[in-house]
Amino acid sequence: MKKIVMSVMLAAMTGASAVSAADLNVAMQDDPDILDPHRGNTFVGRMVFGPMCDALFDIDTALNIVPRLVADWSWSDDETVLTMNLRDDALFHDGTKVDGEAVKANLERGLNLPESNRKAELASIASIDVLGETQVAITLKAPDAAFLANLTDRAGMLVSPASFDTAGEGGLVCAGPYKLAERVQNDRIVMEKFDDHWEADNYHFDRVIYRPIPDTTVRLANLQSGDLDIIERPAPSDMAAIEADDSLVFDIVSGLGFYGINFNMGNGERSQNPINQDARLREALNLTIDRNVLNDVLGMGTYPPAYQPFSSASWAYNPEFDGGGRDIERAKELMAEAGHESVSFEILYANNTAMQSLFELVQAMASEAGFNISLRPTEFAAYVAEREEGKFDASQFGASGRIDPDGNFHRYLACGSAGNVGHYCNDELTDLLNQARVINNVEERKALYDQAQRIAVEDLPALYFYYTPRTWGYSANLDGFVSYPDGVLRLSGLKPKN
Amino acid sequence: MVRRLPVQESFAAVLKLIVRRILVALPTLIILSVIIFGLQRLLPGDPIQTMMAEQSDPEVIEILREKYRLNDPLPIQYLAWVGNVLQGDFGSSLRTGLPVTEIILQKLPITVQLATMAMIMAMMVGIPAGILAAVHKNSMIDYAANAVALSGMSVPNFWLGIIMIMIFAVSWKVLPASGYVPITQDFWLSIKSMLMPAFVLSTAVAAYLMRHTRSAMLSVLSSDYIRTARAKGLLSKTVIIRHALRNALMPIVTLATLLFGDLLAGAVLTEQIFVIPGFGKLIVDAVFTRDYAVVQGVVLFTAIGFIAMNILADVLYIVINPRLRHPQ
Repeated sequence: MKKIVMSVMLAAMTGASAVSAADLNVAMQDDPDILDPHRGNTFVGRMVFGPMCDALFDIDTALNIVPRLVADWSWSDDETVLTMNLRDDALFHDGTKVDGEAVKANLERGLNLPESNRKAELASIASIDVLGETQVAITLKAPDAAFLANLTDRAGMLVSPASFDTAGEGGLVCAGPYKLAERVQNDRIVMEKFDDHWEADNYHFDRVIYRPIPDTTVRLANLQSGDLDIIERPAPSDMAAIEADDSLVFDIVSGLGFYGINFNMGNGERSQNPINQDARLREALNLTIDRNVLNDVLGMGTYPPAYQPFSSASWAYNPEFDGGGRDIERAKELMAEAGHESVSFEILYANNTAMQSLFELVQAMASEAGFNISLRPTEFAAYVAEREEGKFDASQFGASGRIDPDGNFHRYLACGSAGNVGHYCNDELTDLLNQARVINNVEERKALYDQAQRIAVEDLPALYFYYTPRTWGYSANLDGFVSYPDGVLRLSGLKPKN
Repeated sequence: MVRRLPVQESFAAVLKLIVRRILVALPTLIILSVIIFGLQRLLPGDPIQTMMAEQSDPEVIEILREKYRLNDPLPIQYLAWVGNVLQGDFGSSLRTGLPVTEIILQKLPITVQLATMAMIMAMMVGIPAGILAAVHKNSMIDYAANAVALSGMSVPNFWLGIIMIMIFAVSWKVLPASGYVPITQDFWLSIKSMLMPAFVLSTAVAAYLMRHTRSAMLSVLSSDYIRTARAKGLLSKTVIIRHALRNALMPIVTLATLLFGDLLAGAVLTEQIFVIPGFGKLIVDAVFTRDYAVVQGVVLFTAIGFIAMNILADVLYIVINPRLRHPQ
């Protein structure tokens, strides 16, 4: 026994871990849900699909839509028919060709599979016609400005039709540069290089291993020890440690998502709270929040102040709606105008360190003008349920952000939208947002979003506090790391330095 | 023939005991299954809504609720679940779609390896330390062993874990900071990756074992038969190991098997820090996402494991203490 134990100890103390140089180890914040692009829900799921499931389109770092499995495409004059020519050298991991029939089968699966979460993204499709082996025409019911953007994400990812029945149960077969090798829930998702991929030469790792590591300290320690090559979303407080370490690199780009609060404008009894009844009180609250302090204290300078649903990474962003510094005197005046010396309300939020710190700061800042905010942290599942049921005065409001502005605005503030838990409804604003959905011209859409924002600034159904940056820590031994505003890792061109 | 009779007798006694204990365990399991099922349903929050979060499409939510029978009355849901479990089907994870049986089978070797390594480490330290402390009662050795045991019980696992990662993985780079390598894939790397987590887990267990060994040994060492053994002129080592320890082991075996059962149920913090995909983290994540099937399956499975450990403890009693083979 003694001998065994000694040899175990000896073996442990000698030699480093036997990780092959051809492995890329990436840590994510959470474990993804179901590995089927048509059914998946989570942001980390999108990260994992990235290397495995090529989509019809992709984005570049400036959020322009670029072709991926599509070679070229064109719109009809009335912008209702999208004709796509596919690459003729793309294969699924099972060796079958990515052809027009496969595209049609996938889009139909996204539309018709009962548990599909892509229905809303593909809802504008009227018909799909396969014109040739590599040519497909999609006819839309009406022009849909967000349609191409949706096809850059899970709605446009192609799964081999032969694996439709097994995709969600660990048998995902896609057409990306890496294929699924193994998944151990809560531990790792292992992908192996797909040598027959049309761009295989640009992918330099034999295996890519995604590991869910929720704790930021543990993620960082594993990066420092060399067990990991890339970590996503390091804590802002760890930024200094990464930057001070010569063997590591810190990377940040503006993201598309935001955090703030939304008000219960019409979802049950709680909408009767004065803060939800009088826009002057919400404006007063808005004036008490110093976004720069939130940025400095919570984000260590990485949380850009937010005043609107679009970050500066989006073309719909308009600096006109930014600013309005902190003004406690004006806030007090507004409260007096509304007939209140002090206003009490509760903020409901999901219990985690980041949100706890955010709302404690908000609570303290707002108290200076006479707001008496009570905080109600609950665990995530309860938070989701309470919001749906209207059991809140104001609640945490966050979105991971979409490439097309529609996904950041319409889904949360248009009348009856699925994400509009506060049941805010302004017909004029909804009408503008609906109009912006069916026009492809960016200038015209931007004008509509500007008009809609003017209404939102008056009504204030929500306040935006900061944009979520896309941050990364990675080994200085990596070459060719490029970060994207959508926070999804793209491995093309990424390689070890030596 | 005459000499084999007691063996046969004791075998029959063990068998009888096991059967009796299994029969007693059945109602426990039934009550437990109701509790596991019911407690989760008392929590606020809906599994499908939680899973959908940003994506919430009412139509899809309804389809999924139907698919997972969440719209059925609770007793019907319970009976459907029990019916499937009796046929060996624990259902599928709501979140990942993977079969719960497959998830359990993936995690089981990991949890068993971690628990076994932690238990071996704890026993190697805790029992000898307890014996030494008892033999040298009120000496420096006793005080030191007690102090170490107290700190083993008091040091938080997450703190010790992070400190160990910083020293052994980040600074010295002699051990991997995290992760699990299957023992079948690379034996030494597997042992190596489990050393730190097993050590962290073993600290509290070793402390409990040390304290219990010490008090059990103290009471045995003051017995008449030990004095007799010493009076016979036996070597001190023989008296302690053969006469005292064997009798003192009874309560220690009970404790060790119960602690092992505890370890098998998972160690949330240690698993979290060392990113070990064991039962603990699985259950906690599943509770937070309201992944009913996973929570029910894993808790039921570990409960069965715990009951099995209790039966094992009873069997070990009989092996250690021949008097128990003759109930009369």
